[in-house]
Parts: sequence; structure tokens; C-alpha cells
Amino acid sequence: MIGRRVLSPKVSQAAAFALLWTSGAIVMLPVIAVVAVMVLLGARGLTWRFLTAASGGLLPAIAGTACLVVLTTLIAAPAGVAAAIYLSEYSRPGRAIRLIRLAIVNLAAIPSVVHGLFGLALFVMLLGFGRSLLAGACTLALLVLPLMITASEEALRQVPQRLRDGSLALGGSRWQTVRRIVLPNALPGIITGLILSVGRAAGETAPILFTAAAYSSTHPYPRSVFDQVLALPYQLYVMATEIPNVPAEAKWATALALVMVVLGFNAVAIVMRARLRAARRW
Amino acid sequence: MRRTRQAFDEQLEQLQQRLLEMSAFVEAMLEKAVRALRDQDAALAQAVLADDDTADKMDLEIEQHCMRLLALQQPMSRDLRIIGTTMKVIADVERIGDYSVDVARTALRLAGSRYFKPLVDIPKMAELVGTMLRDALQALVHHDLDLVAKVVRDDDEVDRMWYRLLDELEMKMQQDPSIVPQAIAFLLVARYLERVADHTVNIAERVAYMETGRMEDLAASHRADYAEEKAGSDEPPRAP
Amino acid sequence: MNAVQGEASQLIVRPQGSIKFETQRLNMFYGAFQALTDVSVAIPERHITALIGPSGCGKSSFLRCLDRMNDVIQGVRIEGKVLLEEDDIYAAGTDVVQLRKRVGMVFQTPNPFPMSIYDNVAYGPRLHGAPDRTGLDQIVESSLRQAALWDEVKDKLRQSALDLSGGQQQRLCIARVLAVEPEVVLMDEPCTALDPTATFRIEELMLELRQRYTIVIVTHNMYQASRVSQYTGFFLLGELIEFGLTARIFESPQDRRTDDYVRGRFG
Repeated sequence: MIGRRVLSPKVSQAAAFALLWTSGAIVMLPVIAVVAVMVLLGARGLTWRFLTAASGGLLPAIAGTACLVVLTTLIAAPAGVAAAIYLSEYSRPGRAIRLIRLAIVNLAAIPSVVHGLFGLALFVMLLGFGRSLLAGACTLALLVLPLMITASEEALRQVPQRLRDGSLALGGSRWQTVRRIVLPNALPGIITGLILSVGRAAGETAPILFTAAAYSSTHPYPRSVFDQVLALPYQLYVMATEIPNVPAEAKWATALALVMVVLGFNAVAIVMRARLRAARRW
Repeated sequence: MRRTRQAFDEQLEQLQQRLLEMSAFVEAMLEKAVRALRDQDAALAQAVLADDDTADKMDLEIEQHCMRLLALQQPMSRDLRIIGTTMKVIADVERIGDYSVDVARTALRLAGSRYFKPLVDIPKMAELVGTMLRDALQALVHHDLDLVAKVVRDDDEVDRMWYRLLDELEMKMQQDPSIVPQAIAFLLVARYLERVADHTVNIAERVAYMETGRMEDLAASHRADYAEEKAGSDEPPRAP
Repeated sequence: MNAVQGEASQLIVRPQGSIKFETQRLNMFYGAFQALTDVSVAIPERHITALIGPSGCGKSSFLRCLDRMNDVIQGVRIEGKVLLEEDDIYAAGTDVVQLRKRVGMVFQTPNPFPMSIYDNVAYGPRLHGAPDRTGLDQIVESSLRQAALWDEVKDKLRQSALDLSGGQQQRLCIARVLAVEPEVVLMDEPCTALDPTATFRIEELMLELRQRYTIVIVTHNMYQASRVSQYTGFFLLGELIEFGLTARIFESPQDRRTDDYVRGRFG
């Protein structure tokens, strides 16, 4: 009996499989639960009228979120892609680069409420934007910047070195190589990162709490970048905490709308990434 | 653990073995043919004629082996020279076999007649020529350039022996015309032996090429030196 | 057999005729590791020069010194001179872009860009300021003809280059290099990834091209070197052991190590 294994290979295989499957299910469960609860409680309230009504409905919030997201992207995307290009194509290993990467990681780790406070101090007060679309977008841009940089850099690194070599060997400069070969081939990956960033920006509450969001019945839509704006997460927060006598249905419907928006963006990004991976040829 | 290309090295060794076997066989043919002539032994002469088939077969087999190695092994540098040399050497050895047959045929023709003198010089020449052939093949096996030089020197001695026999028989034929048919036959045999010696020098030249990578006409260059030497003495050098 | 003493026993031969590249005591380091030691050699113009040697001997590193593609790798250091005709290409102020236009490179694995065949060949000329459409068409056709690929692709120039077979892709890469009208074409094991038929076609192409271009090819297949090149250099552990006429290197090499290598008695 000495030397015999405790479990036969067949049994240990089945046990491992069961364990791993269970872990996967445990991870899935919360997501399913959240969506299920939202749907159960909010589906009834999510009528077309609710979505499109200007007062008492979601349209201003949706419009506000859209504005925020567009502006955030306009700020974060160029900066993020440029930083990624620098890190991937131009930088040489050394102290400076290590510090930059450390900064990016730390930026990503900052809690979103801290982002909000920082945005309040810098954009709203110091730079004098006031509570505005602009201040909110800048704050959100800082929030999603690490995500943009990381996703873009990964996309750039995916481009095989032999393509760069081919361009360089023909007498191309580094920038020409980046512009004509690397960037176009990394674009799908970069766009995927962009969509993920957008999804993230759309769902954040704390950063816009101090910098942009306002609930105003007189001016539901922003007229300029310096206007305050209503956003879905803020709408939900206000409905849940400050306004009395809001029907429960409305609250859950708002929550469901928000969850659908965020999950929707993520789903699009995932599908896009999968299709691009399958289609990639080089 | 086998060395790289050990299989190829073994094939090259095998090739060399077969070459040595063929050369020893032909050397024996020559020795038998001369003995048959000296002892007027018709049966021995017939045996030499039969041997020629075997010699030709060996020639063909070795050549095919060489071609196969060229095709399959992509030999370079000295491997290539070894194979090329072997192919040329078997041609020379095969010709030596043919000359042995010529000697044997002469022996058959003269077997019944009485010699006007006992054969002394021709066997001596044959012995020297046999040594030359042995030396040339030993030079190949042992990469011995000194032996190559010896073969070239021995060739000069064979040439001298040939001229001496020519002078001697010229004189004797003038004195007694009745011996002319036999004398001519003996002269031809001596000529065959001299040609065999030339072929062994060819073999020696091939060995030198195999070792050094340079093709040189050793006999001719040596003959030039010989001519210069002779110019210093009384006798004018004879044209070969 | 030891090195033969005598008139022709020089190990590194300087070719007759005009010299395209000359290195003088070239040393190359990857960080602390020395990849090339004191390599001094002259590469003849409009000939095919092959560089052979076992893996890791430095032949590819040497090749990449000739168009400064080693600059792309971190931590590379060069000592000594590399002269393209009269100019040291490592001198300060050298225009590397111009250098790489004059000295093209074909890589081991064919690396066509993920674009059409036409755009691949037109890439180089467009980099350097392409002529108008007609001019570009002419350049593309001429380059594809020179690379013996025109007849096979003339009807599908707009199709993706990635649809071509391996051998065709490699000829496309050659056409791409030729489109910038270089003087030298460097080839780093160009046939390693190809089947024998494709290999022989490219070898035939090399023999045609050498009338107009100087070609330097690194190959670990010494039989290929013996087939196509006029001059051969044997590298071992970062040193150039022997350099001379290909016929000489393969028929009767001077150095024992070269002899062992060409006879396959290495290791």
C-alpha cells in the first residue's frame, strides 16, 4: 500500500474540474444576481415614456451622460494614445520609464471619490471652470486615462516587431513607421480600449458629484461646456437619497437603465475584441 | 555517442578498402603474368586472362559507389577530393590490369618456343613496377608525400631500365636477325611495364592533389629536372 | 590537415575589383556580451557574398551592422568602422534613413505588410516622396518584374499580400526592397522558411539580381552558399575565420575549422 496515490487520476481530474467550475459560477453569480434584481424590480418602470420624458423622465440624464462621455473621450483618447505610443515605440528602459509606469498604476488605483475631490479642487475651483460639463469631463478623463493608456499600449505591442523591421529597413523613420504601420494595425485594439473607457466613464458617480452634476428642472439640457449637467448615475443617487416620494419603480428603472448602459458598452467592446482577434491576419 | 558524419566516414573507409583490394588484385595479376612469361607457364597465363573480368567488375563497383556518395552525401573539401581521386585511380589500376593481360597474352604466344636468352631484366623491371604500385597505394592510405616522391624517382629508374633493354636488344637483333620476333615481343612487354609505371605515377600525382589541393604534373616537372641533370653529363637525354 | 603554408595561405582575402563595404576591426557588444570580435573584411560590389557558420556565430549580427538595423535593439554597442564605399556609416551625423534606402534588407520570415500587393511595393517609394500615380505604377511593375513575381500577381495587385504563398511573399519582400532602388540588398536567411522549390527560385533570382546589386546573404545552409555565392566568409564565435572565393572555401579551405565545418565534422 505504500506508494499508492491517494486519489486516482480519474478522480482527481473530476474533482479539479468540479472545483474550477464552481469558482467560475461563483464569479458569475453576483453579475447575474444584480441584473436579475434590476430586471425584476425595474423592468415594469422602464417604459418608453419614462425614457424620453423631459421632466420626471430619463432623457435629460441620458443626454447629460452622452455629453459627458463624448467630451471625456475627446480629452482622454488623444492623450492616452499618445502616451501609449511613447511608452511602446519610443521609450528606452530606464528609471524615467519605470517612474512613469508606476504613476499610471497609481493613478488607476485612486478611489473615484478622491478623483472627484481632486477635480473639485483643480478644475472647479483653481482653474475656475466652476461646476460644469468641462470640469466633469476633465475629472472623468483623469479617471479613465490609465485604462486608455494600458489598453492602447497592449494593442500597440500586439503589432509584430517584424512589421516595424520591414518598414525601418526600407528607410522609414520611427514616426513614419508608427503612423503607417503600427497605429493602423493597432487601431481595433485601441478602439476597444476606448469603448471600455467610455463605459467606465458613463457609470461613475463620485467624480461628477462634485464637479458637474446638478438636478435642475429649469435647464435640463446643458447649453455650453460650462453648464452643469445631469447624468444617469447622479440621477439615481438623487432619486434614491434626496427626493421624497419617488416611486420605487422609477428608482429601479433608472438603476436598470444605468446598468444596461454600462454593461452594453462592455459587451460591445468584448464582442468587438473577439471578432477582431478572429479576423486579425498578419 | 557517434561523431558527426561517422556513417559517412565509415563509407569513405570502406571505399578505400575496396580500392586497396582492387590494387592488390591487379598487382597480383601483373606478378603472375610476368612469372608466366618467365617460366613459360601457359596455365598461369590463362588464369591472368580470367582475372581481368574480376578486375573490371571491381572497377565498375567502386565507380558506382563513388557516384552514390557524390549524389547522397554532398561531400566538400578533402572528402570530395578523396572520392574524385578514387574514381581516377581505379581507371589507372584498371589499365594496369589490361597491360597485365597483354603480358599474359605474350606469354601464351611464346609458351611453346625456346627463349634465346633467360629473362632477367624484365622480371627485375616488373618487381620494381610492382613496388611502385604498392607504394602509390600506401601513399594514399597513409597520406605520405615522401612515398609519392619515391614513386616518381622509381619511375626514372624504370625508364633507365627500359632504355638499357632497348639498347641491348637493338644490338642483339643486329647481330642475329633470327631472334627478332622474340626480341620484339620482349620489347613490347618491357614497354607495357614502362606504361604501367607511368600509370602508377599518375596515381601518385592524384594522391598529392588529394593532400594538398593542388594539381601538379609531378612526372613532367621531375623530367624537366632530370633533363637539366643529364645536360651536365655526357649522355644526351633521350626523348621518351 | 593543418593550414597549408605557401603563397595562397592568406585567410582573409581582399577581393579584386571595386569594394562596396569594408569593415575595419568591427566589434559589437550586446551589453556585456561580445558578439563580434575584430572583424575586418571587404565586400565586393555586384557580387553575391555569403556568410556561413554555426548558430550563434555572429553572422546575422554582422549583417545587421551593415544597415544599422542593430540600432533597433537595446544595449547594442559598436566599435570600429563600417565603410560604405568611403563613408563610415557609424560616424556621428549619418543619415540612417538614407543609409537604409541604399542598403535594403530581406528577412528570414517573409514580412509583408497587411495591405495590398500594390501598396506593399509602393510603401518604400511613398515613404521617400512618391512620384505621381503613373510613376508609382511603373515602379511597382518594374520591381515586381525584377523579383520574378509580376506575371503571377499582375491581375491581383489589389488583393492582400497575405494571400500569397510563402515563396511569393518572400519575392514580394524582395520587390519591396528593390522599389527604393538600393545599391545593396542584405538577405538574412531568406529561404529558411521556404520549401526547396521556392528556395531554388529565389536563388535563381539572386543570380540575376547580382548583376545590378551587391548582395550579402547570411545562410545556415552552406550548400546554398556554395550554389549561389562568389565569395564566402566563415564565422565562428564572433570571429571571421576565413574569407575568400567560394570555390576555394569549399574545395580546399585553409583553416582547419573552416574545413571541419564545410565537411560537416563539427561537434
